[in-house]
Amino acid sequence: MNNETLRRTPLYATHLAMGARMVPFGGWEMPVQYSSIIEEHLAVRRAAGLFDVSHMGEFEIKGPNARHAVQYLTANDVEKLSPGKAQYSMFLNESGGTVDDIIVYELAHDHYLVVVNAANIEKDWAHVQQVLADFEGVEARNRSDDFALLAFQGPKAATLLQRLTDANLDEVKFYHHTRATVAGHDVMLARTGYTGEDGFELFVTPDEAADLWNALLDAGRDEGVLPAGLGARDTLRLEASLPLYGHELDEETSPLEAGLGRFVAKEGEYVGAEATRRLRETGLRKKLVMLEMRGRGIPRQGYPVHVDGEAVGVVTSGSYAPFLEKNIAMAFVRPDSAEIGRQVEVLIRNRPVPAEIVKRPFYKRA
Amino acid sequence: MSNIPNDRLYTEEHEWAKQEGDLVVVGITDYAQHELGDVVYVELPEVGDTIERGRPFGVVESVKAASDLYAPISGEVVEINEALDASPELVNQDPYGEGWMIKVRPTNWDEERATLMDADAYAAHIGA
Repeated sequence: MNNETLRRTPLYATHLAMGARMVPFGGWEMPVQYSSIIEEHLAVRRAAGLFDVSHMGEFEIKGPNARHAVQYLTANDVEKLSPGKAQYSMFLNESGGTVDDIIVYELAHDHYLVVVNAANIEKDWAHVQQVLADFEGVEARNRSDDFALLAFQGPKAATLLQRLTDANLDEVKFYHHTRATVAGHDVMLARTGYTGEDGFELFVTPDEAADLWNALLDAGRDEGVLPAGLGARDTLRLEASLPLYGHELDEETSPLEAGLGRFVAKEGEYVGAEATRRLRETGLRKKLVMLEMRGRGIPRQGYPVHVDGEAVGVVTSGSYAPFLEKNIAMAFVRPDSAEIGRQVEVLIRNRPVPAEIVKRPFYKRA
Repeated sequence: MSNIPNDRLYTEEHEWAKQEGDLVVVGITDYAQHELGDVVYVELPEVGDTIERGRPFGVVESVKAASDLYAPISGEVVEINEALDASPELVNQDPYGEGWMIKVRPTNWDEERATLMDADAYAAHIGA
């Protein structure tokens, strides 16, 4: 893919002005880091970090039959939602594999906003249109170009954001959202994120994104807040054991296998429900495990996992973990080799290096 | 932008080689460490190993990725920088000094040095 075909967020010029290193990601030209991935990662764990995640897609679904339609379209139980709540969920295919992992925001009765991964926008939109073709009384729109999305994440995020808004953030609980004015901008403010920290995601018009970005950074300037790129976003989500589509989830992988069964409804009719029920009965083909290296070396995606010299799985994501100061990985392994405490070996450049299966998540905020 | 000292020679893959007496010290350039980002692990050969010009002699890993290190010269490894084991960030902080990687007793230095770039040529190579 050459640079001409890459899309840019409304904050592209802002990133360049801040010295960001830009890389291609999911068809977009995105900041991978501003100063240092480790510094940005630690800023999010200790203060807060500000991420441009405007590349994410947004679908709006509304109409008198919208709740029923979203229930059928997504794997989690929409009955648990009400206006002002959000829910982590998935689009599944008929085989129970994962089309995408998503967040469903209930804006109002029979009115939803679904946030999807940037690299999957077109695929997801085709999927949604196909599934909803049989539904009366529901209208879906791909509104991905109508929103910029900023993620303000970290232990100081709430305190700093509170200085910029008259909304009472104590009333916006985790996985809830509200309309609010932040630094003079009308935003949809959600207490969601992808770092393992408390934090917020702010949906705003593209025209207002740069001003809101600067206001949030200014508010945190003396508090250790840094702009953070996709590099830190990846190491943060790995430390928090959060899956990344294309690594821990794909069309051939059930969310059950990725350890996300609590987000998949046991009852009810939805695309992939039948296959998911069968998988629950017959047992999983593989299980996602958390690995901590005991020997020297950094596990990376694609490295084989062995037990007693026999291949039992493969690493899906791996890195040095900047806050934990350990080398960690997620890996899919055979279900009979997945118990906590099991000693395995990761093949790093064909050399077996000891590792141990540990509890999920690697990192949980205090 | 990049710092490129005149007292050593360079490869196209961004390693440097500096003669010190009858040994040659090897590391990676300021440009390379900047492109890599935070270095978190350096895998080096063992003392006594033989390395060969143009062949991988180790691996440097940043947070994001692993990259091969290519030998600027052929010879026997006589010392490795053990400080990098506990402090790989030295490669970022001082790539031409404390962040050195290996010391080599060269077997073909006079011929091989002619295949390496001087500071001006390396500056042109990286577009500095």
